[in-house]
Parts: sequence; C-alpha cells; structure tokens
Amino acid sequence: MTISIPPTSQQSTESLQPKGWLRYFSFSLDHKVIGLQYLVCGFIFYLIGGALASAIRVELTSPISDFMARDVYNQVLTLHGTIMIFLWIVPVVNGAFGNYLIPFYVGARDMAFPRLNAVAFWLIPPAGLLLISSYFITGAAQSGWTAYPPLSITTAEAGQIIWILSVLLLGGSSIFGGINFIATILKLRRPGLKLMQLPMYCWAMLGTSVLVVLSTPVLAGTLVLLSFDIVAHTGFFNPVLGGNVIVYQHLFWFYSHPAVYIMVLPAFGLVSEILPVHCRKPLFGYPTMVYSIMAIVVLGLVVWAHHMFTSGTPPWMRLFFTIATAFIAVPTGIKFFNWVATLWGGRISLNSAILFSCGFIVNFVLGGITGVALAQVPFDVHVHDTYFVVAHFHYIVYGGSVFVIFASIYHWYPKFTGRMLDENLGRFHFLITFIGFNLCFAPQHWLGLNGMPRRVAEYDPQFTFINQLSSVGALLMAVSTLPFLWNVFHSAFKGRIAGDNPWEALTPEWLTSSPPPIENWVGEAPLVSEPYGYGMRKIKQKVDPTEEDLGGNSK
Amino acid sequence: MPKSSAILIIFLSIALLAGGVWIGQNINLLPVDASANAPVYDELFKVLFTIGTILFVGMVGLVVYSLIKFRKRPGQTGDGLPIEGNLPLEILWTAVPAIVILFVGIYSYDIYDRMGGMQPLQHEMHDHENALTTQRIWGGIGSGTVEATTVSSITPLMIDVTAMQFAFLFHYPKGDILSGELHVPTGQVITMKMESKDVIHAFWVPEFRLKQDVIPGQPTILSFTPTRPGRYPIICAELCGPYHGGMRSTVVVESPEEYEDWFRKNSKDAVSVT
Ligand SMILES: [Cu+2]
Ligand SMILES: [Cu+2]
Repeated sequence: MTISIPPTSQQSTESLQPKGWLRYFSFSLDHKVIGLQYLVCGFIFYLIGGALASAIRVELTSPISDFMARDVYNQVLTLHGTIMIFLWIVPVVNGAFGNYLIPFYVGARDMAFPRLNAVAFWLIPPAGLLLISSYFITGAAQSGWTAYPPLSITTAEAGQIIWILSVLLLGGSSIFGGINFIATILKLRRPGLKLMQLPMYCWAMLGTSVLVVLSTPVLAGTLVLLSFDIVAHTGFFNPVLGGNVIVYQHLFWFYSHPAVYIMVLPAFGLVSEILPVHCRKPLFGYPTMVYSIMAIVVLGLVVWAHHMFTSGTPPWMRLFFTIATAFIAVPTGIKFFNWVATLWGGRISLNSAILFSCGFIVNFVLGGITGVALAQVPFDVHVHDTYFVVAHFHYIVYGGSVFVIFASIYHWYPKFTGRMLDENLGRFHFLITFIGFNLCFAPQHWLGLNGMPRRVAEYDPQFTFINQLSSVGALLMAVSTLPFLWNVFHSAFKGRIAGDNPWEALTPEWLTSSPPPIENWVGEAPLVSEPYGYGMRKIKQKVDPTEEDLGGNSK
Repeated sequence: MPKSSAILIIFLSIALLAGGVWIGQNINLLPVDASANAPVYDELFKVLFTIGTILFVGMVGLVVYSLIKFRKRPGQTGDGLPIEGNLPLEILWTAVPAIVILFVGIYSYDIYDRMGGMQPLQHEMHDHENALTTQRIWGGIGSGTVEATTVSSITPLMIDVTAMQFAFLFHYPKGDILSGELHVPTGQVITMKMESKDVIHAFWVPEFRLKQDVIPGQPTILSFTPTRPGRYPIICAELCGPYHGGMRSTVVVESPEEYEDWFRKNSKDAVSVT
C-alpha cells in the first residue's frame, strides 16, 4: 500500500507556521507544540482551580459560613471540580502527554489528523474562559460538577447553561482527541513495529480513548437534554413536569465513572514509562499490564451505579454494581504489584520523577482500598456524599493523576526544553506536596465517618480542629507550587544542558535530539522492539540508534 | 535465599498481619452506634479496616524498602536485573486479590442480608409470611410505596418525612403529629416514607449508619430500629442549595415511656401509641 499524500503540500503548510516561541500561540499542527500547549494551558487552569480549592479550605477553617456568601461558595466548589477534571487532569494526562509522546512511540512524524488535533486543543481555552467568565457575568453554576437536577434546573439557570456549553465544548475536544489517538496508534505505526512492542503508555491511551469515544457522547446528550429542561422547560428530568431525576444520574455516571479511568489510565501508562528508566530495569510483566488495562476498560463501563446506592436503586442493581466495582481492584492490583516488582532489584536513582511516581503508588493504594470499601453497599450507605468520599477521590485524582503529572514533567522536561530541572528543588517540591497532600486529605476520612457531609460551608463545631488541620495541609500544597514554578521558569533559561538522552532511556522519544526536530527524526524513525530492554546487553548498544536501527529496518 | 532472611520475612509477615488485626480491632473511627444495624455495620467496618491496613502497610513497606535497598549508590554504573516478568508470581498476585475481593464481597453481602437486604419489607413478603422477617434488623433503604411495607409479623411505626429547602418535616399519621424534630422509641421498628418537595436531599443519621436520598416525585423508604437513647444529628447529605450545610435537625431516641409522654402531649387524636 502506498500513501498518496503529496509531500509538497505538507511542506507548504509547515512553512506557514510561525517559528520560535510564537508557534506556541499559533494554530500549530505540530503534535509536540500542541502537546505543550495542552500542558501549559492545563497548568494555568490548575492554578485557578487550586486557588478555588484554597478558598474552600479557608471557608472551612471555621464551622460557620463566614468567608464568602453561601451561593458564592457553591459556585466556587462547582468551578473547582469542573476545572480540575475537564480543564486540568483530562487535557493534560491525555492531550498533553498523549500528543507529545504517542507519535514518537508509534514511529510517526505526527498524529493521524493534525488539523483535528489543533482544533481539539483550541476548543479548550475558549471553553475554560467561558466557564470562568460565567462567575463574573451571571454567576456561575451552583449545582456541583455533577449538576444533578432538579437543583441544576431551578438554581442559577444562566450560569448552568454556560456550564453546559463549556462542558460540551470540552467533551467535543476530548472526543476529537480520542479518535485521533485510536487512529494514530492503530494506523500510523511504523512498519515492523508490533502492537505488543509498543510502550505501555500507548496501550493506556488506546484503552482511555475507547472509553472517551464510548462514554463522552452519552454525557453530551444528557447535558443537551438538561439544557432543554432549563431553557425550553421540557420535562426530561424535571419531576414537576413528570420527568425522572434518577435517569439523569444513570446517564451522568455512565460517563463520569469512566471519566475516572480517563484520568487515571493514562497516568498508569506514564508511570510505566518512568519507572523502568530510573530503575534501570524492564517493565515487569508487560503482557499482564496490557491485559489489565483491557480489563479495566471493560469493567469500567459497567460500574456506574455505585454512585447511586442511596438513590433508591433496586437491590439487584446494588448487588451487581458492588461486585463489578470491587473486581476492578484485581486488574488494578496487578499493575501495582508489577510496578513494585519493577522497583525490586533495580538500580534506582532517587530523583524527583521516581519520588513522585512512588508517591503516586502509595497514595493510589490508599485510594484504591477505600474504593473497594465504598463499593460495598452496606459500607457506602453511611459514608456516601461525605468527606470520606471527598478524601477517597482526591487520593485517586490528586494523589494519583496529579502526582504522575509532576513525575512526568520532571521526567520529560529535558526532552521538551533540552535543559535539566534542578533535582534538589524537585525533591523539596515532592516533600512538601506529599506531606501537604496527606495532611489535607487523610483526616477527611475521619470527618466523613463521623458525620461531615461534603459540599457544605458550615458544619458541626466538633469538627473544627480536624478541618483546620486539613486546611494547613492545603496551604502546604499551595506553597509547594512555588518552588516548582521557579524551577520550571529558571531552568528553561539557566538549567544545565541536558543533551539528547540524559536518562539513557530506550523509549523512542529519546532516540532523537532534545528538543526534537520538527519531523521528529532526522532520518527514518528507529525500530524500537524492546522499549524496556534495560540490563540486556544486546539492547544496551542500541542507545545510539543510527547504525543498528537502520540495519533493523532493512530486515 | 539465605535462611536468616527467610526467617525475617516470615517474622515480618506475621507482625504485619498481627499489627493489622490489632489496629483494625482497637482503633475506633466511628461515632457511637444508636440503631440495631449499626453494630453490624461496625463489624463490617472492622473487617475492611483490618484488611485495608494490612494491604496498605504491606505495599508502603515494599515500596520504601525497595527505594532504600535498591537505590543507586554513588559511583555505581550499569543497569538492574533484566527481569521481564514472572508468570507464577503474576498469577499469585492476581489470585490473592481476587480471593480477598471475593471474601469481602461475600461477607458484605451477608451483612447486607442481615441488615434486611437494604430493602425494607419487599412486596413478596405479603404472600408468604417470612420467618426471616423477625430475625432481620430492618435497617434498610429503598424505594416503593407505603403499602408494600406492612406485614403482619412486624408493626412498624410509620412516619412520613417531607424534605424541602432547607428543612425536614416529620408527620406521624397516627396522632397526626407534625414535628421538626424526629422522636422515636428504642426497640421499635421505624419505617419512614420520604419525599421531597423541591430538589434532592438526603436523610442521614451517622449514629444509625444509614442514609437515603429524599427525591422529588419518587418516594423512598428508610427503616431502622433505634437502640441507644440520646439526641443525634439528622444531616442533609445531598447538595440542595445555598443553605445545604445548615439543613440539619435532631433525632431524639428515648425509652418507650418517654416517647409515650411526648406522643400524648403532641397528639391531636388523643389515642395511645399502642
Ligand atoms: Cu465511579
Ligand atoms: Cu438538603
């Protein structure tokens, strides 16, 4: 089969692209530029979402509602959840690292659909600005990121409509990205590269993208119906007009449970790339890692009603969703044991990337254990919608995904910029993030068990001290961002020159210059059949890709 | 493997298991129990807490040990061991979690069943008067109609609950009492039919270990048997608007005599409780 794209037209589009730093503000078609656009844009939204979280923690230092008006508090918690999920974690673990790494991993020069890719990114800044501007124009939505009707139908209608528009745009962006990843991984693989030779992140992104494409349209449809209920006074979910509020919950969670995996599966993939490099060992149990991703994808689609055990769901449904949910722990557990086995017997550099990765393992194991407990109906009916759940999901999405994002930035920064980050500052950053995070969220388990519901601005005064403790943790987390930001800006200009492959890694993105040329490789893409071949002599010589890989190509 | 390290591993494993069991049994993270199903809940909690502690401490121990033991020391070069996998080990750590999950699932199903299957008095109970009915605790939640909740073997005290922004209202059909505070006698099965007037709320009493959403347009049911006299908070657990955090009330659990006093004082029908 021949590919009939005339090379000249490709050249001419490229030449229209701005050069230098300006290209990061342009409609660039280069997957590396788009990846970094996702990353920086996501980080800006992370800072905004973090400021909102700090406002929540300030309000909760006292048991009465005194720091902000009650309706503002509900706007803040709604914006916090929506921004952190849809504008920070999902775009960064998928869009940023996916765009940057996947073409390298499959041996392509770009994503399958570069224009769709740029469109997917450029939907995000307007959607984010729209969402945040709603606070200043009409007041933002007040019904939480879950937007349960009838509250979402009857409260702050204008803000809710803007929220829906913004989430629809972000969902569209996510679907475009998902289609692009599936096409790139399955169709743009370099000749000779087998599926079971792909780096693990490709499998994670394949699984995630399948979830994105299957479940995001359901969310979109649901939100369109919700918007009809608000503006056209239809009665899909409005009980006054004969609608059913529980149907919304089913539809919403059919997307939003898989959304958890859309946030953590790519993180699993990134950790699988980082650990072998800094442990100097192959990734333990590659085939079982692949099968467990597939199992998580399949099971992840049939567990949604575990969010609805107190919604009056029938007993058979509770039983089914308990069993399905608890069993996700098995493939997830395999991955964690395999990572520990990857550490075992390695030659581990205790750098920032490894520390954040191991912080992720520790945090996520705790979040996973509380998750199995929450899957049990009798356990859940007590702690559902309490701070126990707040603690649980922050251990998953912050302790899990965000720790991995930091690990990944420490790991790939030399690839992005050609310079090293300051490792001492990085380890310091890890230390305060880890302490602050656990101080903030561990005590919240106790709060939930003892009677503090989530999403409240006022609470029983007996919980004051523990809430203040939690707020101190949040303060540490906020402060921990400062050394990181300094490190990233300072190292971009003054950091030690990294060289092409400072970690002596074997995955394909390191087998070119840092930062890479616009076409990714000067010559032909190398064939990397053993991306984790550390400690194997025959592979070790391959670090210099030029001769041997070209030899491998002709086979 | 040298003999001494094998002994050390066995010793550490036993210490981990024993420590986990001790922590799970002795550290109490829950408020007092005040309903018949709460002690059953606490039993489940202890088991989950024990297993969770063992798994968590074990995993953290392995990670920290690996980081210290296998760290790259100054001057060291070269790679770690080229181990790509170990099928028996991987089967082991697929099977062990699967067994643990299966155990937890079966055990929690048993708890679920002892609590009344979380479904207060199902329709079928009409037909065959179930001997199980009296043994079950009836701390249950679910949806359905009031008719479905009357069986001959138990006479529950029926209470209608109306939730609205931002209060709970309790109506006692017998005696036609309307109250903002819930009064219940110990040892009596209570069945509450709940409905919301506006948005979704949730009725939660932490000391009862029970929660049920109160939904507009769809009645839900919550059953429990209070056991320990006292005043406990009723908390709305579903975001319902700006004053959601202030949507609280009190449940007063009292002896049957005290309850009768309260009932007589407030009843409009001048009938006795029984
Ligand atoms: Cu879920
Ligand atoms: Cu409420």
